[in-house]
Amino acid sequence: MKEVTVSGKSVDEALALALDRLRVARDQVDVEVLEEPKKGLFGFIGSRPATIRVAVKTDPVQEAADYLLNIARKITGDASIDVQELGGREYVFNIKTSKQAILIGKKGQTLNALQYLVNLLCNQHAQHRIRIVVDVEDYRQRRKEALENLAHRSAERVERTRHAVKLEAMPSFERKIVHNALLNHPSVTTRSVGEEPNRSVVIDLKEALKDEKN
Amino acid sequence: MDELIKEVVTPFVDHPADVQVTKESSDRGVTYVLTVNKQDMGKVIGKNGRMAAALRAVVHAAGLAHHEKATLAIKE
Repeated sequence: MKEVTVSGKSVDEALALALDRLRVARDQVDVEVLEEPKKGLFGFIGSRPATIRVAVKTDPVQEAADYLLNIARKITGDASIDVQELGGREYVFNIKTSKQAILIGKKGQTLNALQYLVNLLCNQHAQHRIRIVVDVEDYRQRRKEALENLAHRSAERVERTRHAVKLEAMPSFERKIVHNALLNHPSVTTRSVGEEPNRSVVIDLKEALKDEKN
Repeated sequence: MDELIKEVVTPFVDHPADVQVTKESSDRGVTYVLTVNKQDMGKVIGKNGRMAAALRAVVHAAGLAHHEKATLAIKE
């Protein structure tokens, strides 16, 4: 964090000096008065200047974006990021790079690792939880469609074979996509089994349908 | 690479000056050894080792980009 300690004849004077030195506006800083000024005898004997500490407020989202950009650049050599605010303290950091595959990794492993780090960093000092989705050129959307397809195909298989299907382990937000895709399905239900990070979705026939035929 | 690992880790630790990365090459690829202050070990490993897993994923990806098989070891 950028901060300076400044002295001046009055608090206001010291503050003006500090803002000039940091080159920021008044509303971008936190001010802490370390020492109130004192008027001495005859205006100089025993007089003391005001001393204040002025710190530039850091925006956790900006900090997280800078962190991600730096890492992505070091990995790929040519990354840029676009920050999109969704409202409700949700953000999307979309990375653009020529080496997409490396930043995404197998089944989004690398992307999910970066997302974990960025969320952790952003929420270290935040009072309210901020959620950040890290994406590389709409990978998340493509993955969502792939997972929905997988969900529906697996559900068909469950109906046909009358046996439960366990999908491979996925992070929570990916399991949620599968659960949601089959939420209103007429004949199957979904649940999650196992412990993180090996938790996976199981698709099973609805209890009411299990007795039929058997 | 050393630089990258340091920059990924440093914002999370209480003793940034103690973050060091050394490199060990073998026929099975390159191992980067991350050393942090004893008090920061928990932070670097994370809940259920999630932080360590994330660090390894990032190191692995960066290794791929630079055409080396990179792994990460963490030491006190």
